[in-house]
Amino acid sequence: MSRQPDSDPPDRDGQGFNTFRRRFLAGVATAGGAVVTAHATGAWGGQTLQDAMGSLLQDHYQRMTKDEIHAALERIERNARRRYGVDARCEDLPPLPNTVFGYALNISKCKGYRDCVEACVKENNLGRDSQMQYIRVLQMPDGTMDLEKAEHYYDAKQVPVPGHWYLPVQCMQCDNPPCVKACPTKATWKEPDGIVVVDYDWCIGCRYCMTACPYWARHFNWTEPQIPAAEFNPNLNYLGNRPRPKGVVEKCHFCSQRARKGRQPACQEACPTGARVFGNLLDPKSEIRWVLENKNVFRLKEDLGTEPKFWYFSDDRVSRA
Amino acid sequence: MNLVRFGLDGLRAMASGGAAYWRWLGALAAVVAAGLFAYAGQLQQGMVVTGMSDQVSWGFYIANFAFLVGIAAAAVLLVIPAYLFHRGDVKQVVIFGEALAVAAVVAAMLFVTVDIGRPERIWHMLPVVGRFNWPLSMLAWDVVVLVGYLLLNLGLPAYVLHARWRGEEPVTARYFPVVIVAIFWAVSIHTVTAFLFSANAGRPLWHSALLAPRFIASAFASGPALIIVALLALRRWGGLAVKQTVIDLLAVVMTVALQISLFFVGVELFTDFYNETTHAASMRYLFFGLAGAGKLQPWIWTALALNVVAVVILSIHPLRRTPRLLVLACGLVFLGIWIEKGMGLVVPGYIPTPLGEIFEYAPTWREWLVSAGIWACGALVFTLLAKAALAIETGRARARPAADLKAS
Repeated sequence: MSRQPDSDPPDRDGQGFNTFRRRFLAGVATAGGAVVTAHATGAWGGQTLQDAMGSLLQDHYQRMTKDEIHAALERIERNARRRYGVDARCEDLPPLPNTVFGYALNISKCKGYRDCVEACVKENNLGRDSQMQYIRVLQMPDGTMDLEKAEHYYDAKQVPVPGHWYLPVQCMQCDNPPCVKACPTKATWKEPDGIVVVDYDWCIGCRYCMTACPYWARHFNWTEPQIPAAEFNPNLNYLGNRPRPKGVVEKCHFCSQRARKGRQPACQEACPTGARVFGNLLDPKSEIRWVLENKNVFRLKEDLGTEPKFWYFSDDRVSRA
Repeated sequence: MNLVRFGLDGLRAMASGGAAYWRWLGALAAVVAAGLFAYAGQLQQGMVVTGMSDQVSWGFYIANFAFLVGIAAAAVLLVIPAYLFHRGDVKQVVIFGEALAVAAVVAAMLFVTVDIGRPERIWHMLPVVGRFNWPLSMLAWDVVVLVGYLLLNLGLPAYVLHARWRGEEPVTARYFPVVIVAIFWAVSIHTVTAFLFSANAGRPLWHSALLAPRFIASAFASGPALIIVALLALRRWGGLAVKQTVIDLLAVVMTVALQISLFFVGVELFTDFYNETTHAASMRYLFFGLAGAGKLQPWIWTALALNVVAVVILSIHPLRRTPRLLVLACGLVFLGIWIEKGMGLVVPGYIPTPLGEIFEYAPTWREWLVSAGIWACGALVFTLLAKAALAIETGRARARPAADLKAS
């Protein structure tokens, strides 16, 4: 269920504060536990006082002990039950060894049906009222790559529109991500498997990462996300699709709750045309490696030096050297 | 004990004043209260109550922030002649420039705070306890330079005032090194704030090496505008002896800075429009509108008009030396730069988005009210600091000799 942080060794300098925090939380637990009952939760944003204090004083993910992560996971499960009446299971899935995820998308197959968008919204428990979407499919006039000529709000029932091609854009999981550099609190970072994640309990909501992202791949919870209980996906990953609070930034994480279990992302599974290829870049026998080695591929805004791990390719006019 | 009495004397000065003084404080407090009310609603409902969106993710708050950092930086225009060139006339009023810097930094920090989605987690930015992403994040740099600048502008005047309060002259050797640091620091706060924007390769409007020079030039125009008005107000209502030479010096600096600032605007317009590329889209949106959208046009054309009228008044010596026209020009510059650096720079940086979408932004009434509250808070801080400084400068507040203390 839990794992030791592996990218950064835990900081030792925060020890005094950590001791204070743990004692304080233990105090709240014993003093408040008996008093606070289920119907008294309204005042604490739908949580018990103990849970509210727990997430308020929670440490950065990479500095938490196994016990603290365990407590945080249970908190998430309790809140899911309280809010949605769902028995959710939240895991803390570690990155797979010898794995760096990459994505490739065949633009000659994509017809703009947007099934990927819908699957993503459901899989990742995205706010429905806010209409947050990690994937944006652009309808582009033939013969141009100019994003300013793109149509963002086309009718998916009318596709494919003659004279147009479709360009789905989502988080590129950059190798040199400007968003990670921008964050003032290290609330977002690149995992060993190449996925750029967010610690939703550490993000202060300054939105500088959104400003820094050249792919418009980061999104902010301007209000409390609303998810229909019936559509709630109960298979959760801590740094992935667990419910997010208002006031924090979130983003596509290649469906880490699936990918780290050897499954395909929801958008890949949902695509009706088979335009999407997802896999391990370090595996020479993977399909994505075959695409990268045998197709003419390009990346979006490569000139910005962000090194996206998301490639586009086309079936047409393959040139062989 | 000595320092406590010094502080108490300062507080006593702040709490004593005529009816007009209390009316002024009361009016400011009322605006602050209205701002707090508006902010409470934002905390409760989330930032959805602002006009911001995923497309335009920074708006009116950060626009005000960027402008106020410039105001704070401009205090250096009094510090340099006072402490470096030993201009006696400027030295008399330099403390009020520093008080203005403190007020501006406090207001700037408040603007960042209200722009944060999770203000209760702001401790995550503290070193050790939190995880401060320094030196990588430009926002982290901004925190460092602003906090440092605040401390410098509190410490330096406190030392000078404390010496005066004790009836001594401040020792140059003690404060001079701090002055040198403060001068470089002032330039750094606005440079770092410019870098906050120009660091974003994905935002073509900001991604320009000219941005920091533009920030400094416009700050050295808008800053003196506010300082002149503040000093004139203190001369009229506070009984502060401000020599006309100080006003003249600031007016000349403001004139030259505004000329340079407008030159920079022209340079950018030429580069963007002579051979117009897609990189000029934000600029086209700002000035002429793009694909039927153009909410910012009235803002930027107003700013340009204000600045051009101001530069004409300021550049013609007889006009600039006419007190009423100078005050008018100060108002025009202040407002013109406020728009240019705020709504004319922060917001169009987001339009179109990196994916080419045009999504417009306008501040909501709540953003206006919260912002008014913060400006009033800044004015409150300045008034109180200036009140205490006035009492000490004019000798009304003085350390009592030891003999007096024993007798009482």
